[in-house]
Amino acid sequence: MDERQWPLYEVFIRARGGLDHKHVGSLHASDARMAIDHARDLYTRRQEGVSIWVVRSTDITASEPEEAEALFEPARDKIYRHPTFYDIPAEVKTL
Amino acid sequence: MNAAAINVAPLLFRYVLRVGDLSLVLGQRLGEWVGHAPALEEDLGLANVALDLIGQARLLLSYAGELEGRDRGEDELAFLREQGEYLNPTLVEQPNGDFGQTIVRQVLIDAYQLELYERLTNSADERLAAIAAKAVKETRYHLRYSSDWLVRLGDGTPQSRARVQSALERLWPYTLELFEEDDLDREMADSGIAPRLAEVQAAWSRRIDGALAEATLERPRDRPYAWFGKRGEHSEHLGYILAEMQYLQRAYPGARW
Repeated sequence: MDERQWPLYEVFIRARGGLDHKHVGSLHASDARMAIDHARDLYTRRQEGVSIWVVRSTDITASEPEEAEALFEPARDKIYRHPTFYDIPAEVKTL
Repeated sequence: MNAAAINVAPLLFRYVLRVGDLSLVLGQRLGEWVGHAPALEEDLGLANVALDLIGQARLLLSYAGELEGRDRGEDELAFLREQGEYLNPTLVEQPNGDFGQTIVRQVLIDAYQLELYERLTNSADERLAAIAAKAVKETRYHLRYSSDWLVRLGDGTPQSRARVQSALERLWPYTLELFEEDDLDREMADSGIAPRLAEVQAAWSRRIDGALAEATLERPRDRPYAWFGKRGEHSEHLGYILAEMQYLQRAYPGARW
């Protein structure tokens, strides 16, 4: 990492009460409080949110793209895991 | 003079201009950072503060225009007055300097605006109280932003500390003007429209002492000064701001987009 650059933070915004925080992007900041300020200025300018989470990008552990086959392919042929074998009563509006 | 005999509108007009011109000129100044801030994130941060200030100026100048009753709207007041008719304090027209100097100016004025707006929410003038109620929320964030930066720079490297301390020495004398009560201030306070400046000063001073202590900076000594921007007597810098700000309306009168 370039020492002269501020570290990178990932930004998560909760659009309104009851919803999850969603990843919206990333930004540079020297500390977490500055990251919150920057996130507020960059990502909530148009009333996009009511709550902000920030986390140092280096603190996120990600799955390896090379392992994608091993991790995700085995689920492909297990269609019985999808709830598509039930008859859904017409009265049920949202499922 | 008998207080009851005074028609308050012309005085209120001048007072509202004073409050509004502060936001207008500072907003224009901060806007100069767009495209030049030390980081993209700060570029947007400063622009956000500038836009809040311009928004406050719009509300206040529109109201001033109504009080004056000469059919001048926010645009006429913002773009077609002469330098001597602007009533902003001299501090806000001072050049941006480096980022540290901008931050110091911002802390000094954010703290002032916060103490002023908080009290104006109780103004006897309902319209002014409503505008202050909106502005006070914005200003709380402005002060959070600027004072956080003051701590990072003041309590940062020897170089950043030296720069903000020297900016503080340079800008400090301009703060005294904010609290010098003249006839207009007294009249507004007597009619319950505006707070006593001595009270604002005491609260401002406490707030600034706290911010400076956290940033490990030294409070400069008060020195005599000769600026009275709030009476319309400005430093040499305002003319340049107005030349840029007013160019379009003067070259193309009535232009809109």
